[in-house]
Amino acid sequence: MSYYGYFVAGAVLLVGVFGMARSRNLVHAVVCLSVSQAGTYVMLLSIGYQRHATAPVFGSTQKPSADVVDPVMQALCLTDIVVSATVTALLLALSLQIAKHHGTTDPDELTALRG
Amino acid sequence: MNRSVRLWVVTIAGLAVAVAFGLAFVGLPSFGGSSHPYRTAAVHAAVAHQTANVVSSVNFDQRGLDTLGEETILFASVIGVSALLRPSQEEQDAGPSDTGRVLGLTQIFGYAVIPLVCIIGLDVIAHGQLTPGGGFQGGIIVASGIHLLYVAGSYSTLDKLRPVALFEHGEAVGAAAFACLGVAGAATTMGFLGNVLPRGTFGQLYSAGSVPLLNGAVGVEVASGAIVLVAKFLDQAILLGPKRG
Amino acid sequence: MHFDDGVSQLAPVSLAVPIVACCLLLAIGRRASRGVTNGVAISGALAVAGTDVALYAASGSRVINWVGHWLPGRGHPVGIVLVVDRTGAGIALLAAVLMVLALVYSAKYFDTADAHYQCLMLLFLAGMNGFALTGDLFDMFVFFELMGAAAYALTGFKVEDRTSLQGALNFGIVNSLGAYLTLMGIGLLYARTSQLGLAQIGTALDHRSPDALVVVAFVLVMTGWLVKAAAVPFHFWLDDAHAAAPAPVCILFSGVMVELGLYGVLRVYWTCFAGTIPASDVRRTLLVIGAVTALVGAAMCLAQRHLKRLLAFSTIAHMGLFMCAAGTMDGTGVTGAAVYVVGHAGAKCALFLLAGILLNRYGSVDEVTLHGKARDAPVLGALFGLGTLALAGMPPFGSGLGKAVGEDALSSSGYWFGPVLFVAVSAITGGAALRAGGRMFLGLGPKPFEDEEQTTGDEEQPETAERITRLPASLVGPIVVLLAGCAALGLVPSAAHAIGSGVERLLDHGGYEAQVLRHVAPQPAPPPEDIDWSTTGVLLGLLSAALAVVTAIAGWYAEPIQRRAGAFLKPFQRCLAGLRALHSGHVGDYVAWLMVGVVVLTAIVGLPLR
Repeated sequence: MSYYGYFVAGAVLLVGVFGMARSRNLVHAVVCLSVSQAGTYVMLLSIGYQRHATAPVFGSTQKPSADVVDPVMQALCLTDIVVSATVTALLLALSLQIAKHHGTTDPDELTALRG
Repeated sequence: MNRSVRLWVVTIAGLAVAVAFGLAFVGLPSFGGSSHPYRTAAVHAAVAHQTANVVSSVNFDQRGLDTLGEETILFASVIGVSALLRPSQEEQDAGPSDTGRVLGLTQIFGYAVIPLVCIIGLDVIAHGQLTPGGGFQGGIIVASGIHLLYVAGSYSTLDKLRPVALFEHGEAVGAAAFACLGVAGAATTMGFLGNVLPRGTFGQLYSAGSVPLLNGAVGVEVASGAIVLVAKFLDQAILLGPKRG
Repeated sequence: MHFDDGVSQLAPVSLAVPIVACCLLLAIGRRASRGVTNGVAISGALAVAGTDVALYAASGSRVINWVGHWLPGRGHPVGIVLVVDRTGAGIALLAAVLMVLALVYSAKYFDTADAHYQCLMLLFLAGMNGFALTGDLFDMFVFFELMGAAAYALTGFKVEDRTSLQGALNFGIVNSLGAYLTLMGIGLLYARTSQLGLAQIGTALDHRSPDALVVVAFVLVMTGWLVKAAAVPFHFWLDDAHAAAPAPVCILFSGVMVELGLYGVLRVYWTCFAGTIPASDVRRTLLVIGAVTALVGAAMCLAQRHLKRLLAFSTIAHMGLFMCAAGTMDGTGVTGAAVYVVGHAGAKCALFLLAGILLNRYGSVDEVTLHGKARDAPVLGALFGLGTLALAGMPPFGSGLGKAVGEDALSSSGYWFGPVLFVAVSAITGGAALRAGGRMFLGLGPKPFEDEEQTTGDEEQPETAERITRLPASLVGPIVVLLAGCAALGLVPSAAHAIGSGVERLLDHGGYEAQVLRHVAPQPAPPPEDIDWSTTGVLLGLLSAALAVVTAIAGWYAEPIQRRAGAFLKPFQRCLAGLRALHSGHVGDYVAWLMVGVVVLTAIVGLPLR
């Protein structure tokens, strides 16, 4: 069980890649890209986890102590999520315009750039 | 490559990458281990700056430059979407059709919940240094609250009550505020993005120095940015149609 | 050494300046006149260039800034450090200068969508500056994504152009996937070292033999940067993106953005991994990938009729040459690569801007369609000719000087194929561009037959509202500046010396760690090697130029030659057709090749270390 989280992270990333390669719809491909990125969230959070540790937020019920899960990994994950959301928005805007101007969202039918 | 060749290539390559991942992962410290030196140092640094939420301290105080980059990515993406989804010369504003019907219960519940959601969002932004949350999370909550106007009402309602130009300016103000707070720090001994304000009392609303201000700037930027983003997509879906005549 | 003083504050301030300028532009963009928005944008870019000049001048012994005053005390460092040495400051300065020229070029005629174009350009500049100046690995990822976000939007900016949308999407998906693989690598390194800063990771990995985790982490981190650097087989996005991006955006892509990918590879290797993965291993990797990239780029370049795609493949080919030069893993090689990058930027960017003028003046960038049509612009023709000769590495252009130093580095390391590769690839790419120029400006050669498989340049939408008939200074000025800069680099010895001195600090692994973490002053830099034209260098440069002319002539009279020597050429043509079929424009193919590239990299780096 001690490596399970990491393997899940790797598997999610590779599933997303496979999805992009076999995709027949650009929106599906963009969502597969964000699935791949979800693999990186799992990776970062698994690396930062500590058994029997609490959240890195102190208050009246939890006094400051070093026995918390890794806040640096959580901060990186937050940055990662924002990056993913914004890049997905950009790519979806591009897909939308492609659907309007090419009349299709199937990558197999986009033949403007060949050779 | 034709489809089957491509699938074979990606499957074989993917399996090889999986093997490489496997060989790498067995070298990782086992899941749930207790040796995290950076964690310990970050917690001590956060407590020294009177910040109860260590993640906020890491984001806005210790590694503030990453957050500047991150909110700039959001800023760039919203500007990019605005540019990409601009009406082309063959399109014009066809006006919303407003043909849908909203259930009475949805309307009542939606309108009642809008102020609640917005207040919750503002609360999450304001307490970023104390509780899980902060500018990014709270900003998205506020933006979702405003879009309940579309869910509970109609596109016309939303359009009348959320002037997009105002939120574009809000976005610019938020991003500029973060950068200017950084530059203001550069003029002091703490340097760029230094935590220059008085630290306050641990666990109180007024604590953590400049983290609440940075949280506020990010909250304004994210909320405005998300509203502009959804506005552009909604325009494409609802408003624009081919030019007539 | 500048540590925590006023000069060191310039580094993060140079990141804040374009962001504030962009905010101002966004606020006033809708109502302000063209002159005002251009003024704000160009001033913002000039301000960044100014701070970069100051940083360059001060960076001889590295400028260090721990952002927010989180100095490394006795314990574990928690802050982000910006470390500016000559290489970083130099490439940041190159980015700023190219940005100023691009904004001047697009000032008068471009449709800028309420100043959104200038906003995106300024944020793109912020991303490039941040990537070049930072000393923290996760910060590099963040600024890489910032560069990417702005670049995807700029590529697709001409929304009515079908090729630009497809190019931008391919660009976005492939580069983002590369970045996420890099993030996996960063996670693996953090798990092993519990550090995110480059110097800190290097210290933690030093003097241990690399196990599977370190090798895989190295390969994954390199993947993102090599995707940006358009190394084969990660390069497919580049020609798609260049085909339809506006010309001033293309100059930033070809002039500095892809070179930043190579900079990232070198920076991360020399600071984090130089104490654990042997340099010989990385040398082999960079030389193999560089050589393959150069050959693929050159071959595809010959087969293009779309002028911007031709220049894009030429960029890929030259990136292969830069990788080979820097891949010698010694000071001469890296110096040669640096000088070559600057010289290449001058020549290539001038050619892209000329392509932009052709598009806006004649409505096409297709070499075949424009056959003989550009006869009424002799000034443009002369500049184009000079640009292609500079691209081919003819003395006295700076690109030729960089090429000579790179060849010297390779041959003195014992790689005899280096000069052969450099001469061949520069000749082929320069010749292809010269062939295109001769066809368009002089109508040389018979009208070639139409090949269905090629991407034509006729679908490009012009970037201006109407065809331009005059040639104002704002369009021609940047071209002249770029070519003059390229020539000055080769003619003025102190220019090349200025680039060369301090670039060797890039390779200084121990000194970097000591200075960043323990505040140890660096050793005085060794006197820079003589970066000057050698006889061999001049002769090889003239040879490349001559072979470029031969290639161009063969291109003009390709049909008669084919009729006579058809049987001999058939196997080459079949290979080329196969190669061109691989460049299908299909994003699924590109993702598959990306995975293949990761496997090949892991094999080349990892297997010899078992």
